[in-house]
Amino acid sequence: MISHDNHGLRLAVRYAVLVLVAIIFVFPLLFMVMSSLKPDHQLLVDTGSLRAFLPVGDISFDNYAAAFQRAPISTFVINSVIVTGVTVMLSLAICSLSAFSFVFLRWSGRNLLLSILLATLIVPFETIAIPLLLLVSKLPWLGLDGLEQGWLNSYHVQILPFAADALTIFLFVQYFKDLPSELVEAARVEGASWFQIYLKIIMPLAGPVVATAAILRFLFMYNQYLWPLMVVQSDEYRPVMVGLQYFFQLDTPWGEVMAYLSLITIPVLGFYLMLQRAFIASIASTGVKG
Amino acid sequence: MADSKLTRSNRTGWLMSLPGFTLVALFIIVPFFFAFGLSMTNQRLVSPNPTKYVGLENYRQMLDIALVTLQPERDASGTVIRDDEGTIQYPRLRRLSRSDPAFERYKGMREWFGWQSGESHKAVVVRDPLFWIALRNTLLFVLVVAPVQGGIALGLALLVNQKLRGINAFRTIYFMPVVVSIVVVSLLWRFIYDGNDGLLNNLLDTLSFGAIPGVDWLGNPSTALGAIMAMSIWQAVGFHMVIWLSGLQTISPTLYEAADIEGASKWQAFRYVTWPGLRNTAVLVIIVITMQAFALFAQIDVMTNGGPLDSTQSLVFQAVERGYGKQDISGGSVISVVLFVLVLAISLVQRWLTRDRQN
Repeated sequence: MISHDNHGLRLAVRYAVLVLVAIIFVFPLLFMVMSSLKPDHQLLVDTGSLRAFLPVGDISFDNYAAAFQRAPISTFVINSVIVTGVTVMLSLAICSLSAFSFVFLRWSGRNLLLSILLATLIVPFETIAIPLLLLVSKLPWLGLDGLEQGWLNSYHVQILPFAADALTIFLFVQYFKDLPSELVEAARVEGASWFQIYLKIIMPLAGPVVATAAILRFLFMYNQYLWPLMVVQSDEYRPVMVGLQYFFQLDTPWGEVMAYLSLITIPVLGFYLMLQRAFIASIASTGVKG
Repeated sequence: MADSKLTRSNRTGWLMSLPGFTLVALFIIVPFFFAFGLSMTNQRLVSPNPTKYVGLENYRQMLDIALVTLQPERDASGTVIRDDEGTIQYPRLRRLSRSDPAFERYKGMREWFGWQSGESHKAVVVRDPLFWIALRNTLLFVLVVAPVQGGIALGLALLVNQKLRGINAFRTIYFMPVVVSIVVVSLLWRFIYDGNDGLLNNLLDTLSFGAIPGVDWLGNPSTALGAIMAMSIWQAVGFHMVIWLSGLQTISPTLYEAADIEGASKWQAFRYVTWPGLRNTAVLVIIVITMQAFALFAQIDVMTNGGPLDSTQSLVFQAVERGYGKQDISGGSVISVVLFVLVLAISLVQRWLTRDRQN
């Protein structure tokens, strides 16, 4: 039981704990952004004091300018936007359509196909990356210059392998199951085609699950590293995370590194802070499986 | 839904599910079975020679492990030879495996680690030390990160599950590193861990008034893996906090009211109300962390490249190093298969353990 006289003290202690923990999570990120604004000589001195987390001293965007000089950053950003954007769109369309047919239609082989799909949930991507690398290096592609062999160094090698996945299909299936089936039956009686029902009746109701799936897919795609590292060698198709390798060299000034890191992270953080409830809800919804 | 004429449509059903299923089949299921097939060949990424089936040879190369007992070298009179410092001298395994038929089987194998046992020296010898080091590090990583991260995540979940004004802001903050790419986090922490100008050393120095000497966290074989563990937990713990939180919120408040009426302490309420209600969540959290921990790669690639002295080699890093770096697809596939078997085994064991406890 909480007695009244120490109620205020307890509350203060609770908040103190919460704030201390928050510092552990915020300060490294704050340090990254603040460092990106400082010249290197100041930066290294500042790490010895709280100034490391404050925008004090000689503040400028020089590091950003230098980072743009070092690497074709705009190309990387455009590549990431294309790869992430297209994959998220494709994945939403393809996975929701599959889930629709699994939930609302009756067809032979349905349960078998769904079980096979769900079984792939326990296969971590890292265990198939190497054989997949061999596979995509052999696959044919009909490009503008005719038939080519091998998918390496392209956008499609970064997009198509991730255009459908069991988790996204599963999220849609779970959501669709809770929708009243009378909606679909009534539309069938009125003679609507399956595709019309999918597009006009079901998808307009699927807002929450679309948001969840889009956020999860977005985070996964934007942050991918292992796969693009292996399949993209030219700057032309390189996404931001692999472009980071330009900043691995030992002689790279830390300020520049921090500028690049801030540049590719702040948009995502901003996006997260605006939609934090949706982000957290989508992670929580992956917890319903099992 | 009832199986009515209205909803039965074989053609449309297949047509609609086919794009998704084809993609998953081509890019997940086919490579999955490929991994098993390729691991039994000498496949390379690019090679002028035709691929050959080699059976389990690759597995034999990688997994071969044995315990060898070496007897000390003796002089003509049968006394043990010692060097100036009194250390007992043993024959080199390499020489023995060439000259002694009893040791022929160990040809090409190297000592991974060994210890003294009486006068003799016991040595664990392996054919592929790098694989075993990577396996040991990965298991160590999983065994430390899974319980620690799971535990801290639960603590955080309890912390942000309090009914306090502004609690949502704290939730948002704790979760923040999760949306930041692990690649970005790794490079940022390389700066934080830096031996010369690193934030961590400088902060420790300031806070301790110079009493704590600086450590080259990533350059020292005894701290590198631990430093990577700590950073990985920092980045991902918010993810699991959210999963715990959604588990906590399924527990009915009336149970807590009942516990309160019974005069239960906070610990008792946790022990008898909260924890039993979280059992399924616990299984899920541990399985998810384990699977993520086994996939350890980006941190290594960005921060240490497996070093120093191979102290941060991991299975996925080795799979990529071989399959992509050395274009040895078959070698990379063997590691992939080993990894999958481990992940599967551990999630089956975890499921079995928690199922057992419920009875």
